[in-house]
Amino acid sequence: MPEKTTSGTEDRVTFTLAGAFAGARKCVPIAISGCGIGLVFGTLAGQAGLGTAEAALMSALVFSGAAQFVVLGLWASPLPVATIALTTLVVGLRHVLMGAALGPVFSKLPRLKAYGSVFFMADENWALTMGEFAKGRRDAAFLIGGGLLMFLAWTGSTFVGGALGGAVEDPARWGLDFAFTAVFLALIAGMWNGRSNILPWTVAAVVAVAAHAWLPGQWYILLGGLAGSFAGVVRRGS
Amino acid sequence: MGLSPITLFAIVLMALATYATRAGGLWLASRFDLSERAGAWLDQIPGAILVSLVAPTVLTGGPAEMFAALAVVIVALRTGSLPAAMATGVGTVLVLRALEANLL
Repeated sequence: MPEKTTSGTEDRVTFTLAGAFAGARKCVPIAISGCGIGLVFGTLAGQAGLGTAEAALMSALVFSGAAQFVVLGLWASPLPVATIALTTLVVGLRHVLMGAALGPVFSKLPRLKAYGSVFFMADENWALTMGEFAKGRRDAAFLIGGGLLMFLAWTGSTFVGGALGGAVEDPARWGLDFAFTAVFLALIAGMWNGRSNILPWTVAAVVAVAAHAWLPGQWYILLGGLAGSFAGVVRRGS
Repeated sequence: MGLSPITLFAIVLMALATYATRAGGLWLASRFDLSERAGAWLDQIPGAILVSLVAPTVLTGGPAEMFAALAVVIVALRTGSLPAAMATGVGTVLVLRALEANLL
C-alpha cells in the first residue's frame, strides 16, 4: 500500500474501551522493560538527592524518561530551576513533531479526550499508535491505553527503585537497554513501504547520527525526524 | 521523606514544559486546515522519528548492536510479532556483548 496515508478525511475515528485495552496489551512488553529503566531512574534519583516520593512524583507528572534522566545530571544545590525547566522543554521538542503527526486523527476527537490522551504520549505508545493508524485502524484510545499501562509501570518502578536504594543493577548488563531499540526497529520494519522510504530514512539516519555525535542531549531525534520527513515530502513533490 | 518546596516547584515546571510539547504539536496540527502537502509531510514523521531514535545505537554502537538489530528486523518481518522481535533483540545483544567482553 504505497500511497496509504494516515490523513484520510473520510475515516471515522473512534475512542473505545476495547481500543484502550488493545493499546495496553500491545504495550505489555514495553511496560515490563520500562520497569527495569524505572528502577534505575529511582535509584539514580536517590543518589542525586531526590527523595523517593519526589522521584515518584516526577515520574507521574513529567512521565518522560529522556527528560528525567537528563535533569538528574543537573540536580545540585541550590537547584537550577530555570535550567531544569528549559532543558526539559528542549528534550521534549520531539513531542511537538509526534503530536502533529497525531493531529489528522486526534483533531476529530472531543478536546478533553485528545488533550487528555497526549499527556500519556511517550515514544513507544505513540509509535505503536501510528502503526495502528497506518493499518487503517482508527481507535484513538489505543494511545492512552498503552500510555496508562506505561505510566503505572514507570511511576511504580521509580518508587520501588528509590525505596530499594542502591540495590538495582545497570540494565545494560541484561541487554534491557536494547529493548526499546528492538521495539522501534520492529515498528520500522512494519512501516516499510518500498523504495519510497529509502531517501527519507537514509536522511533521517545520517542527520541523527551526526547530531548525536556533535550536539548534546536529545537534539538528534528532533533534527533527524525533521530532516527525514522533509526529505520524504520533497521526493514526493518532485 | 517529604517534599521540599523548591523541588516540587522544579517538578511542576518540568511537567508544564513536557505537557506543552505534547499538546503543542496536536494544537498546531488541528489549528490549521492542512493542505495535502502538509498531510503528506505528517505521514513521513513516524518513520523518520523512529529511524532517528535507533540510528545512533544501531549504526555507531558496535557489532553486537548491529547484528542484534539485523536479527530484530528479520524476526519482525518473518513473524510480525513485537514481543518476539523484542526478545530476539535483547537476547542477541546480551549474548554478543558477553562474547565481546570475553574475547577482547
